[in-house]
Amino acid sequence: MKEYLDLFVSFMLIGTMTFGGGYAMLPMLTREVVDKHHWATKEQLLDYFAIGQCTPGVIAVNTATFIGYRRRGAMGAAIATLGVVLPSLVIIVVIAMFLSNFMEIEWIAHAFAGVRIAVCALIAVTVVKLFRQSADTRLKVCIAAVAFTSVALIGLSPIYVTIAFAVFGALFYGRRQQV
Amino acid sequence: MTLLILAFEFFKAGLFAIGGGLATLPYLMEMAVNHPTWFSIDELMNMIAVSESTPGPIGVNMSSYVGYHVAGLPGAVIATFSLVLPAYLSILIVVRILDRFRTNRRISGGLEGLRPAVTGLIAAAGYSVLSSSLFRVIGGVTQFQWLAFLLFLCFFTVMQLRPLQKVHPLLYIAFGAVLGVVLQL
Repeated sequence: MKEYLDLFVSFMLIGTMTFGGGYAMLPMLTREVVDKHHWATKEQLLDYFAIGQCTPGVIAVNTATFIGYRRRGAMGAAIATLGVVLPSLVIIVVIAMFLSNFMEIEWIAHAFAGVRIAVCALIAVTVVKLFRQSADTRLKVCIAAVAFTSVALIGLSPIYVTIAFAVFGALFYGRRQQV
Repeated sequence: MTLLILAFEFFKAGLFAIGGGLATLPYLMEMAVNHPTWFSIDELMNMIAVSESTPGPIGVNMSSYVGYHVAGLPGAVIATFSLVLPAYLSILIVVRILDRFRTNRRISGGLEGLRPAVTGLIAAAGYSVLSSSLFRVIGGVTQFQWLAFLLFLCFFTVMQLRPLQKVHPLLYIAFGAVLGVVLQL
């Protein structure tokens, strides 16, 4: 029972503090899921993200479902998913009810601009840490660089990048492990 | 009846929007065209602005907003849960498959190749948020936001300091909001 509550509260926190896309939730996710509750390791979290990338639905939701399922089966998955979705639902409905021009309120726009910068820095710190862990060979540094370039600078969809490197990994690293 | 159509449309969006972020956008555009009484493209753009700058995954925010716009609170609830349902079901299936083939060398090899790639993808997402904060178009001229850039560097440096690595991200986010108001970002 306590773990259900933990799942719900943690994912509600994560849902509340995710600004922007699913990747922006990674710093919060790492803190709650890896450091605090030890529900998954950093490597598993990356795997969940990769799988969330190529399965239907919003990545944040997929990751919540995944971790919830790992801990407590289908019910845990439902509770974690509900937790991550609920803050959006409440906040958006309140905004839609009371404020027709929410983003035109000056101090709110300023506050959000500040929040975005803090989130950027959080993401940057996370990327540095992940890079040190996951890019331990020269080839893997290249993979990270190619993935970054093709999405950030060329504008390719992350789906193709994910699929391409999954296939590459299966062929290259999968072959090596056979020995 | 509207609720039923709403449920169907968002289930479809949830099923086909792969990759998160703004992947739901094309399906929302389609809805604006197919159901002109629901919302216009202009209204959709406003919803995107709010969804991008409020907490929560964008896709979920958007469906709450659109659902509320179309059919009030029940609409918001139904649209959101319809969007999430395909994700929920597909993950349940994927977990089972993954567990069965965990020791398969191809699958573990695939995941090994994916990890550095995902790191690159996360960096790309951070880069796009950062560049939209650093470059702002004012009156047709793109301006570099020096103050924002400085603030980013300060945050980044402070977060790396050893005694501060255990600070909860929430604190940084709250601090960012306060600084944003004080510095008029």
